[in-house]
Amino acid sequence: MAALRLDFTLPLRDFELTLALDVVRTVALVGPSGAGKTSVLRAIAGLARPSAGRIELGDETWLDVERGIDLRPEERRVGLVFQEYALFPHLSVRGNVAYGGRGRVDELLERFHIAHLAEVKPGTLSGGERQRVALARALAREPAVLLLDEPLSALDAHTKSQVRGELSELLHGLDLPTVLVTHDYEDAAALADEVGVIVDGKLRQLAAPAELVARPKDAFVASFTGANLLHGIARRAGDDLTEVRLPGGEQLFSSDHGEGEVGVVVYPWEISVARSHTVDSALNVVRGEIGSVVEVGNRVRVRIGPVTAEITASSSERLELARGGVAYATFKATGTRIVSL
Amino acid sequence: MRRVVAALGVFLATFVALGFLALPIVAIFVRVPPGRLIAQLGNPVVTDALLVSLETTLVAQALILAFGTPAAYVLASRRFRGRGLLVTLVELPLVLPPAVAGIGLLAAFGRTGLLHTSIPFTQAAVVLAVAFVASPLYVRAGIAAFEGVDANVVAASRTLGAGPVRTFFRVVLPLARAGLVAGAALAFARGLGEFGATIMFAGSLRGVTQTLPLAVYSQFDVNFEVALAVSALLVLISAALLVALKWLPSASTSRFRFATSS
Repeated sequence: MAALRLDFTLPLRDFELTLALDVVRTVALVGPSGAGKTSVLRAIAGLARPSAGRIELGDETWLDVERGIDLRPEERRVGLVFQEYALFPHLSVRGNVAYGGRGRVDELLERFHIAHLAEVKPGTLSGGERQRVALARALAREPAVLLLDEPLSALDAHTKSQVRGELSELLHGLDLPTVLVTHDYEDAAALADEVGVIVDGKLRQLAAPAELVARPKDAFVASFTGANLLHGIARRAGDDLTEVRLPGGEQLFSSDHGEGEVGVVVYPWEISVARSHTVDSALNVVRGEIGSVVEVGNRVRVRIGPVTAEITASSSERLELARGGVAYATFKATGTRIVSL
Repeated sequence: MRRVVAALGVFLATFVALGFLALPIVAIFVRVPPGRLIAQLGNPVVTDALLVSLETTLVAQALILAFGTPAAYVLASRRFRGRGLLVTLVELPLVLPPAVAGIGLLAAFGRTGLLHTSIPFTQAAVVLAVAFVASPLYVRAGIAAFEGVDANVVAASRTLGAGPVRTFFRVVLPLARAGLVAGAALAFARGLGEFGATIMFAGSLRGVTQTLPLAVYSQFDVNFEVALAVSALLVLISAALLVALKWLPSASTSRFRFATSS
């Protein structure tokens, strides 16, 4: 399978985007909005024209500014899934998928569980269904490169975790050079083999997810991959205590003060993990399914419901976190920060 | 009491305004019994004018679609210096007095005009006059319709392997269709009613350049009933077009404004 080699400069409104990157498997580009992530995908697809540099797929040259080569979007074999999916509103689901290529339409409709929607127009579909149509359409093109723009951001929280799992499976099965961009580090870590942090058009660090958390190159990367940030509604719960109710119904307590819609910040290393609920001095207990278990050096980051805890590898083994199931994350009110959003 | 007076005042003003707009239309139909109106449509002056109107309006409409569609697409999809100026230029005939349009056409296409043609006072002159005053309605609607097409959907078509031409016909045109049809209907209605520029640039020769509105003008001191009959016909055609427009989905979603039609 041919690798995608990127090395280009693309002038944007406020800054220049420069990127040098080899994509063999799945690379996720993360960063704050406005960092130039989507522009990377547009440049690869031929929808934006870099001022200098090269884009190559194996021994095919898609762009070489010096030699005056610039293949048009229809000549590059990319499957681009747009953030809002950009389905053709006037065509049925089948028409959308067939637009990319007629050869495997039925197979793709089956594979993405949208065969029963084949004659439906996209306007009536749910977010998850639209995404499956967009993926099927992109793959019908028989692309050599897959590009995903914020593949999970248009989905509600409930759909998102399920789709993330499906997408992860799909990407592993496809084995295509894939570039996905997201502002959510969790999504990037869950979907990609390598994660690149982009700020103001520059690639700050590119590494495996675990490596990025364990050895962040600078403070921005550290903060970007570090703390838990949960959203909730705060109200006073006593003398020096604030209660925050999360969307899932969990109650958290903080010794900080806050009112109304707030963010709750907890560092993963302030959270301890147990298999059963034990009463101790820590006020905050979150019960949840174990979502992911990521090794970070000699430590393990484990996702429990909405929070990520960081514990030692030996604790993780003792608790048999890798087999999944339910666990309890416990942390103190004094270690729980409230920030305004 | 004061509230009753105010409500009565508003009601009265509304009644006067609507009555004022409706009265001339109603008068066309009630002055002469319908049977006699219909009989007058058989008058050779009317049938000649109907033929001239149909031919010239349809040819003008075809030209408007053939040249106006690409023009609207370019103005909608490209950003270049002087674009605003061009759009204003396109809209200018909408607010121009028809007599000025007639003089302009003579100055451009007259025997002694810029291009030295022999077009004036032929049926081609009618077509040009109609196209000149009606095409801006279509081009304006077309620009709005093309601008309403999601740029990402167009980009998606390209990445899926379709070139610019295939993308235009399979994605852009279908998505802009409703707005284009609405603009075409308005241009058609405007073209059918064209009077001022036509009479100056093409004259009013029966069977050659005398369209329905010109027939109304030529008959109103000769045979008022013929003028009434043609007017009634034009009212019905205009009303039918307007009703058809309101039934189009895009006309109600404010893709098009009626306010600027001259």
